[in-house]
Amino acid sequence: MCLGVPGQIVEVETSDPLRMGRVSFEGVQKQICLVYVPEVGVGDWVIVHAGFAIHAIDAAEADRTLTLLKQLEHPE
Amino acid sequence: MKYVDEFRDPAAVRALAEELRQATTRPWRIMEVCGGQTHAFVRFGIDRLLPDGVELIHGPGCPVCVTSVEVIDRALALAARPDVVFCTFGDMLRVPGSTTDLLQVKAAGGDVRTVYSPLDAVKLAQQLPDKQVVFFAVGFETTAPGAAMAVHHAAQAGIDNFSVLVAHVLVPPALEAIAGAEDTAVNGFLAAGHVCTVMGTEAYRPLAEHYSMPIVVTGFEPTDLLRGLLACVRQLEEGRAEVENAYERAVRDEGNPAARTMVERVFEPVEQQWRGIGALPASGLGLREAYHRFDAARRFDLPPGEGREDPECRAGEVLRGVCKPEDCAAFGNRCTPDHPLGAPMVSSEGACAAYYRYRRTA
Ligand code: SF4
Repeated sequence: MCLGVPGQIVEVETSDPLRMGRVSFEGVQKQICLVYVPEVGVGDWVIVHAGFAIHAIDAAEADRTLTLLKQLEHPE
Repeated sequence: MKYVDEFRDPAAVRALAEELRQATTRPWRIMEVCGGQTHAFVRFGIDRLLPDGVELIHGPGCPVCVTSVEVIDRALALAARPDVVFCTFGDMLRVPGSTTDLLQVKAAGGDVRTVYSPLDAVKLAQQLPDKQVVFFAVGFETTAPGAAMAVHHAAQAGIDNFSVLVAHVLVPPALEAIAGAEDTAVNGFLAAGHVCTVMGTEAYRPLAEHYSMPIVVTGFEPTDLLRGLLACVRQLEEGRAEVENAYERAVRDEGNPAARTMVERVFEPVEQQWRGIGALPASGLGLREAYHRFDAARRFDLPPGEGREDPECRAGEVLRGVCKPEDCAAFGNRCTPDHPLGAPMVSSEGACAAYYRYRRTA
């Protein structure tokens, strides 16, 4: 239950006061509560724990880390 | 898949393992606090890529494992009541109490249901107004925001047949207990990245300073784990003891303010009993007075649990990092995931289950 899983938001329901949405995990879609990530929208990535998105993945930071990893592989 | 596969790139893993080997000149023992990380280390075989000097100590960060038998016994007593629908995360079904487990209570007629989200339990309470729906709120800081929202939502919607049996635990006090133990074997920590996504990093600064131990916030993919270890070893080699973030894409210093605010609104820190560690002050969460009417422990007259553990099980030592699962004589023979003697063999985040799944034939 405490393994966090990254997923991509495919739909946000604006009518629900709890801000629910559909999140895709490798193609499997689930109903997730987005109340704690008010800044995210369709297409954004979130980390989900037990039905709640607890954090948005920062795409710029993710890219920075990946660039760093690439540099490690090809140091010259 | 994006944001997963990229962080599993074998070439990057090899490059990081090589960096780590070059950075290590002395033996270091580093504890990964989170059971999710224990699971990932063993699953991806990252622990086998480490240089000789670097030893991983598996920490107590598996909520299924550290939930005390007394609490499990209370859950079992509640689940057996005919008026109660008992909702739990699937991981808790097989955790042994003193005499039985939730799955057996269910087989004997108890209405035990597995839910994915705490909100599912609230919904069930709305659908079953003649029943008492109880949610078993377990987990670290990552699942507490969900439980807090469920209680808050039930309060606002006036859903009175809903309550929670709270057994939440907090990471920093456990880390402090391990760092401060006289016989501590640990030189540095990998802090659980997802706990920090919620609570932020500030709670760790006084610990790093007071115990002179580096604490590196670390993610869960192979390159994340190696980057966390590398940062920790570099600090140790240079004699530094700082809080460092090696999981930048998910963790900000302040955590998630919306989630923190809701947790602090609904819960307050209370003393909590940890399996294998004992009672630690302010290491768990209890409902604040304004929400006491949703406390299952108050609503139902619960008998005190027996709290009897299998005498052969060394879960306490495994959880403190004093021994490895293979050191337990029952491992893999009398204790298996099908017939677990102790909680660390039940949960996928438990060290015994991780070793059983990925290491048995080794
Ligand atoms: S292998 Fe089983 S009996 Fe041994 S410590 Fe782990 S859970 Fe307990």
